[in-house]
Amino acid sequence: MLTLRLYMLQRITALLMAPLVLGHIGVMIYAVQGGLSAAEILGRTQGSVFWFSFYGLFVLAVSVHAAIGLRTILHEVTGLSGRLLMFFTWGTALGLSVLGMRAILAVTFLTRGVS
Amino acid sequence: MNEPVKTRRVSIWRGEGETGQFETYDVPAYDNQTVLDVVSHIQHYIDPSLSYRFACRVGMCGSCAMMVNGEPRWTCRTHVNKVAGQDVLEIAPLRNLPVIKDLATNMDPFFDKWVKAEAVHHSSASRDEEMMVVLPDDAERKKADAGIECINCAVCYAACDTVAGNADYLGPAALQRAWTLYNDARDAGKQTILEAVSGAGGCHNCHAQGGCSHYCPNELNPMQAIAGLKQATTRAMLKGKL
Ligand code: SF4
Ligand code: SF4
Ligand code: FES
Repeated sequence: MLTLRLYMLQRITALLMAPLVLGHIGVMIYAVQGGLSAAEILGRTQGSVFWFSFYGLFVLAVSVHAAIGLRTILHEVTGLSGRLLMFFTWGTALGLSVLGMRAILAVTFLTRGVS
Repeated sequence: MNEPVKTRRVSIWRGEGETGQFETYDVPAYDNQTVLDVVSHIQHYIDPSLSYRFACRVGMCGSCAMMVNGEPRWTCRTHVNKVAGQDVLEIAPLRNLPVIKDLATNMDPFFDKWVKAEAVHHSSASRDEEMMVVLPDDAERKKADAGIECINCAVCYAACDTVAGNADYLGPAALQRAWTLYNDARDAGKQTILEAVSGAGGCHNCHAQGGCSHYCPNELNPMQAIAGLKQATTRAMLKGKL
């Protein structure tokens, strides 16, 4: 159930994710080793267009990549196809984007204080 | 043939269409006996109603493939001694194809997909024109050569888990032939081929785990041919041609 277009989308998102994953791991190590507190981290992420774009792109790439991968598995395991498969693909992509974007917005542009 | 030293118990799938069951037969065991010899013995001497297919008996025609102990094999060139560990021999119709009766499958879906993959010659010249010269050490020719010895036996098709999970998937043999034609200087349908292998059942569905290449009795490598198609379609898309 992979057309050339879906195949390319999955490859391109994989290419995007590779450096983003490395960047994310680097940030994690830095935050933990440096002993940054939650407040200090939020101090750097809040209002930051850079961190919003970095993780925003990450979330979009993951959403597209995972939706296509799960779609293939679902089709090959259950035989689901047609409209239902399309709804599943879009549902997964949208669901993951919403969850991810909510988290990113929470640490960049929406937060008020943290305990 | 030498005197039989013993008999071997063999399970054979019997039935029509989707219904059926394994039935057991005792067949004399000889040295150098092929799986096809065993099936033929049953049909000649035990039950003439057993249906199966073969023609050349020397690995040329591709009509004798069956599942032997769960794995797809060309039965005329498969020695029983090499596959029947512990004397168990179970012979069933080829996987991933509808059964007509007993060991004979309906090969239509397999061959229909060759046509769907545009794995057919698209002529580039008429009979009045000069024959094109194709040099054997030409890079494209070498790529085509790697896959042209296919005998259409469908062993790879039976081995492919993607075919099992995705009924539209064109399968290794059809895609490999599409690739050999794509690399054939005399074929005028390169764009048509790339379009045909880029749909919902196209080459991009291949998981590249190599079941096809592992089982191909002619030691061809359909997985590599499919990788070639993936690359060619990707390039064409980046150039805006797909
Ligand atoms: S490598 Fe591709 S074509 Fe070959 S068996 Fe695996 S999925 Fe099928
Ligand atoms: S590629 Fe190999 S296994 Fe597949 S049909 Fe051709 S000869 Fe048979
Ligand atoms: S009978 Fe022809 S390939 Fe086996």
